[in-house]
Amino acid sequence: MRHFKLASASVISMCAALSAGTAQAEDLTLCWAAWDPANALVELSKDFEAQSGHSMSFEFIPWPNFADRMLNELNSGGKLCDLLIGDSQWIGGGAENGHYVKLNDFFDAEGISMSDFADATVYAYSTWPKGTPNYYALPAMGDANGWFYRKDWFARDDIKAAFMDATGRELAEPKSQKELLEIAQFFQGREIDGKTVYGASIFTERGSEGITMGVTSALYPWGFKYENTPGSYDMDGAVNSAEAVEALEFYKEFYKTATPPGYTNSYMGESLDAFKSGQVAMAMNWFAFFPGLYADPNTGGDKIDFFVNPPQNVAGSTLGGQGISVVSYSDKQEGALEYIKWFAQPDVQAKWWSLGGYSAHNSVLNDPGFVDSAPFAGDFLEAMGSVQDFWQEPAYAELLLAMQKRLHDYVVADQGTAQEALDKLVEDWTEVFEDEGKL
Amino acid sequence: MTDTPLTKAAKATPPGVARKIKGLSDRAIAWIFVGPTLFLLLAINIFPLIWTIRLSFTDFKANRNREVEWIGLRNYERILTDSDIWLNMQATAHFLFWTIFFQVLIGFTLAYLINKKFKGNDLWTTIIVLPMMLSPAVVGNFWKFLYQPQIGLFNYIVGFFTGKDPSSFEMLGSVQLAPWSIVIVDTWMWTPFVMLICLAGLRSIPDYIYEAAEVDRASKLRQFFTITIPMILPFLMLAVLFRGIENFKMFDLVVQLTGGGPGSTTELTSINLKREAFEKWRTGYASAYAIILFVTVFGLASIYVKALNNVKER
Repeated sequence: MRHFKLASASVISMCAALSAGTAQAEDLTLCWAAWDPANALVELSKDFEAQSGHSMSFEFIPWPNFADRMLNELNSGGKLCDLLIGDSQWIGGGAENGHYVKLNDFFDAEGISMSDFADATVYAYSTWPKGTPNYYALPAMGDANGWFYRKDWFARDDIKAAFMDATGRELAEPKSQKELLEIAQFFQGREIDGKTVYGASIFTERGSEGITMGVTSALYPWGFKYENTPGSYDMDGAVNSAEAVEALEFYKEFYKTATPPGYTNSYMGESLDAFKSGQVAMAMNWFAFFPGLYADPNTGGDKIDFFVNPPQNVAGSTLGGQGISVVSYSDKQEGALEYIKWFAQPDVQAKWWSLGGYSAHNSVLNDPGFVDSAPFAGDFLEAMGSVQDFWQEPAYAELLLAMQKRLHDYVVADQGTAQEALDKLVEDWTEVFEDEGKL
Repeated sequence: MTDTPLTKAAKATPPGVARKIKGLSDRAIAWIFVGPTLFLLLAINIFPLIWTIRLSFTDFKANRNREVEWIGLRNYERILTDSDIWLNMQATAHFLFWTIFFQVLIGFTLAYLINKKFKGNDLWTTIIVLPMMLSPAVVGNFWKFLYQPQIGLFNYIVGFFTGKDPSSFEMLGSVQLAPWSIVIVDTWMWTPFVMLICLAGLRSIPDYIYEAAEVDRASKLRQFFTITIPMILPFLMLAVLFRGIENFKMFDLVVQLTGGGPGSTTELTSINLKREAFEKWRTGYASAYAIILFVTVFGLASIYVKALNNVKER
């Protein structure tokens, strides 16, 4: 009888284990943009598959279509994605429209503390309303807009001498936005190794978010603010301030005098192409691309170096990066939460950084060896200390497209003045917030 | 007695079905045949149209969970008083007018030449027709490369003939040139279509009319203006109607080429409408916008079709 009981217990527990295993092993789909860090995440996620028994599928969308495709997916209540690494600006809409699962209870239950992550990233990628302890994402990928340049050109004696003659100072990484422009103008149209090169490649793209991300990289160092009083939506005098006008005029001058011909609609891809093909001395782009750039056999290694977006009146960089959220329409939320729990572990975060992802975990960022772990690691830390993000309101798409139009009209299409462009932007944004019932 | 197709069909009908149909009137049978099509038409075209009209009077946003408010004519008022939208309308009118103008001019000329009997006539027709067989997205992409100031073939050819530095001008980045750059590409792509319609028209003119004119010693020029042009006019008008409707809703080609830029210089109404509806998600506003465009196209097309019928009756 005892044997029978033992055998029964064994069979029951085996069945339970098997059935539990079957219920838990799921195929989770993670959605993100198609870029270098996404490949690193695929590699990293193999550990999760091995540990959890779940399998991972990935849906990576090219950047120009990423917002369109993913926001349509969310708005239609689609079940394609169980996990979504969505742009920081989507957090307001994700939270208010019920697209993202609120993670507070889960974090409490699993002992995941937001104080383990860099403050700026928690604020930007996880919270809604901004700065409140309501979390809809875990910081997944820290990022900011930075710069890289041809270190080998900067080190050449003939070029250094020519720069000294032209400007009266040493050719080195710029310490201000105006120095940045001066260097770019110096290289513009210069003959190097029998080839005409240009100053820098900057963002001018019209369709999605490109020119806004580029121009804000000038606006923030001039001290740009979205509101006079945070949370009040009183934009007149802030968005169109004298400093903002000066910064916008500066960006236009940069575009007109220091960029390659034909770069009227350029964003990440075009910036990388311009640099890798040896057309430009400098280029702006997201830190996310820097590991790939450093590894490039033609223009990487000893030929490249990096610097943080230079300050002007203040230090300021445009925030990139994303948090990882669980999509509320997913039928596999438990598995998705399991992934987030795994991803939040310090050793996983350390591996994430080593593979080319930008961890926002303090254990990685505060590690004594972090700054020397990559040639751009120190710049990344510095940039993350002064990042500023675009509106994260539920109506962010309307706000962004209005800014894209006004900026492109002024910078690329020569329509009106900087003051008029920003005044019109205030009008557009006021109309959006009135429609939203916030003004 | 041989079976007619009708009696053959009657014999082939299974007895069960035949019994059921027997009691139905001709009108009822007609409805059975027309019904499904009518249902689909109502479900796919008419219902969405009525629904869009309804939405156009609201502040509905398809991506938001909030109360929908009835706001009367406010969307229409905002659209019709928005100077930016009128600029989009102007850009569309510019694109529409010049593409049709060049396509008719070049298409007719090509058709006139191809209509002459010469060696390799068929081969040339096939070569000329190639561009319209390509996808607009592909055409947009490769013309983007052709227009590239540093490596683009178009700029090199212009530079070769004018002596200008190829990288000194930007077809897609210049406010003055960008509207013409999209006209050039659309003309390149769709002129063959107009040519084919004109060719059909030219080949439908009986030879004896020209022979009679020859007998009357009418000059070639007179034959052209008094026979060719009047007889091909309905075909030309048809081509204009097709191209007009197509280009009014032009989207893919221009998005690939310029994305509506620089600034909003080439932002046609269809591109602007798509931004409002599926990027900003202002569904109510976009519905009003769509209704305005629909009424415009429908109104213009109706007037035009009436004119076309008048020409055909002459």
